[in-house]
Amino acid sequence: MSEALLEVENLTVEYAVGGRSLFAVSDVSLSVARGETLGLVGESGCGKSTLGRAVLQLRRPTGGKVFFDGTELTGLAAEKMRLMRRRLQLIFQDPIASLNPRRRIGDIVAEPLIIAGVTDRAERDRRVREVMTAVGLDPEVVAGRLPHEFSGGQCQRICIARALILEPELVICDEPVSALDVSIRAQILNLLEEMKRRYGLTLLFIAHDLAVVKAVSDRIAVMYLGKLCEVGPTEQLFARPVHPYTALLLEAIPVPDPTVRPATNVAVGEPPSPLDPPSGCRFRTRCPRADARCAAEVPVLREIVVGQVAACHHPLTEG
Amino acid sequence: MSGPLLSRPLLSVEGVSVTLPTPRGDLRAVDTVDLQVEAGRTLGVVGESGCGKTMLSRAVLQLLPKRARLDGRVMFDGRDLASLPREALRKLRGPELAVVFQDPMTSLNPVLTIGTQIVETLQVHLGLGGAAATRRAAELLAEVGIPAPEQRLRQYPHQLSGGMRQRVAIAIALSCEPRLLIADEPTTALDVTVQAQILDLLAREQRRRHMAMILITHDLGVVAGRTDEVAVMYAGRVVERAPTPRLFAGMRMPYTEALLAAIPKLDSAPHTPLPAIAGRPPDPTRPLPGCSFAPRCRYADDRCREAKPPLGDPERAGTLYACWHPLELAARA
Repeated sequence: MSEALLEVENLTVEYAVGGRSLFAVSDVSLSVARGETLGLVGESGCGKSTLGRAVLQLRRPTGGKVFFDGTELTGLAAEKMRLMRRRLQLIFQDPIASLNPRRRIGDIVAEPLIIAGVTDRAERDRRVREVMTAVGLDPEVVAGRLPHEFSGGQCQRICIARALILEPELVICDEPVSALDVSIRAQILNLLEEMKRRYGLTLLFIAHDLAVVKAVSDRIAVMYLGKLCEVGPTEQLFARPVHPYTALLLEAIPVPDPTVRPATNVAVGEPPSPLDPPSGCRFRTRCPRADARCAAEVPVLREIVVGQVAACHHPLTEG
Repeated sequence: MSGPLLSRPLLSVEGVSVTLPTPRGDLRAVDTVDLQVEAGRTLGVVGESGCGKTMLSRAVLQLLPKRARLDGRVMFDGRDLASLPREALRKLRGPELAVVFQDPMTSLNPVLTIGTQIVETLQVHLGLGGAAATRRAAELLAEVGIPAPEQRLRQYPHQLSGGMRQRVAIAIALSCEPRLLIADEPTTALDVTVQAQILDLLAREQRRRHMAMILITHDLGVVAGRTDEVAVMYAGRVVERAPTPRLFAGMRMPYTEALLAAIPKLDSAPHTPLPAIAGRPPDPTRPLPGCSFAPRCRYADDRCREAKPPLGDPERAGTLYACWHPLELAARA
C-alpha cells in the first residue's frame, strides 16, 4: 500500500449511559491510503458512524490516536483542528436535514469559502459555479433557490458540492445513499466515484449495505459491536469471507433473482446490547462456530490469508 | 357473478384511483390500478418513494387520509370495502384484514405493555376471556420467534429491539387469524440479518395460515425470493405485473429493467459504474399526457410522450405491461 493519509490507532470512544460506559468504538485500528476508498460496514449500533465522527474529532475519542497526513488530530488544539477541517469533510445520510432550509443553495455551497477566508466575491462565485457544475447541477438555475425546492437526490448533490468546494483530501461519507431511492442511489454513487477521480479524493465510505459498499470500495472493514471483525481487499473479502459475521452479512442480502432461494435462518438472534457486550468474541452469541474459547478469550486481528485480517478463533478457511 | 367452481380472488382491486387535494392542485397518488390476490398467495408491490404503493395499501385498508378521494372498487371476499359503513369496516380489520407497517415503534402504543396490546386485540375481536387471552398472547409471541414470551408480555415496546418490536407487530397482526395480511415495507427499518429473519417469519406464517399477503417494498431483491406475483408501480400506476419467475426471466417494461440494473450487484467488480436512471419521477400534480416514464426512458419516442400505453397482456403469456416498446419484443422487431 502507498502512503497512509489516515491512520487510526487503538481508537476507543466511550459514552456514559445511566452511570455505565457504552463502548461505541473499542480499540479499533485501521489506515486509509491516499487515493483509496475504505468501505466501513456493519449493522446499526456497531459504532461505524461514531468512528467516522471520532476521526474528525467531532466526538473526542476517549482513547487511541488519529493521524491525518502525519499530524496527530487527537489532542490538537481547537484552532489548529479548525484549520485542519478544510482538508477533511463529511457527507451525511439525510441530505435534506443537512441543509439550512432558509438559505439559498448558492450561499450554502459558498459558506465554507467564506469561513476559509476567501474574501474575493468573484473568486467565490467562480468556484461555486465550478463545483456545482461538477456535481451535475446547473448553477444558473439552482443557486438562487431554497433547499425545499429540491428532491433528496438533488439535496445530496448540493451537500457533495459543499463538501468539495474547499478541495478536501479526505471525505467521510456516512450512509450517503441510504435515504435515497434505488434509481437516485445509483446516480449519487456514480457521482461520488467521478468526484473521487476528479478531485483525487480519499474516501472513508460508511454504510450498512454491503452491495453499495462493494460498488465503491478498494478495501472493506467490517464492524460488529464496536470492534473490527475483518479487513481485506474488496473482491477477496466478498469471494472468501473469513470471519463468520462477514459470511452471515453476505448471505442475508436479498438477491434480485428468484432462482436463488433466500438463505433461511442464516442469522441467529439479534445483535446484543452494546451496553452489555458478550465476553470474549462479541459475535459469539450468534456464531455457529462459537465454543468455550470464544467466550473466554478476546480474538485479536491477525492475518488469516494474505492481505485479509480477521479477529476470530475459528476463521472460515478451506479445509 | 362467477360460478362456484371458479376460484374468486380474495381481494380484487378494480380501477382504483386515489386523489389528494394539495395547494398545487389535485395529486393523483394512485391511478386506475387493478390487482387481484388469491388466498394462500403472496403479491409483491414494488416501487420507489411516491409511486403510490403505500397509498394503494391504505385504499385497500380504507385508511386513506380524510380529504383523499377514492374511485373504483376494493372487493374483498365479494364485498366492496369502499361502500361499507365505518363500524362494519372496524370489525373486518383484525379478523379479515391486518397490516404490518414499516416502523413498529409507531404502530405499537408506547405506554402499554406488549401483553396489554395483544390481549386487548384478542378480547375485542375474538371475545376471549382474560386468562385465555393472556395464554394465547404468549403462544403468539412464541410463534413469531420471541424467546421467553411470558416475560415479554410484561415489557414495554421501548424495552425491545427493532426486530423484536416488528415480531410483536406481526404477532398482533396475526392474532385474529386474518385472511389478508398487508406488509408495508416491513423490514426497511431493520438490519439486514434481522430483515432475513422477519421475511422468513412472514413467509412461514403466510403458508401455514394459507393467508393472502401483499408485500410492499422498494427492493426487488426482497420480492424476488418471496412472492408468487409482482406488480411494479411507477407514478401511481401498475406498469408491469407478472408471476415472479416470469418477471425476472423476461421483464418487458423498461422501468423494471432500469430499476433492477440500478441495484449494485454483489457479483460485479468494485468501481463498476452503475446504470443509473437519469432524472426523477414526474411531479404527481402535473400528470404527463403519455407514458410517465418516457422522460427517463432510453427507448422513448414521440408516441410514448403523446399517448399513455394501457396495461395489457398482448402476448397472452401472463405478463401485463404498459409500454409501447416492450423489451425483447422491441429487440426482435
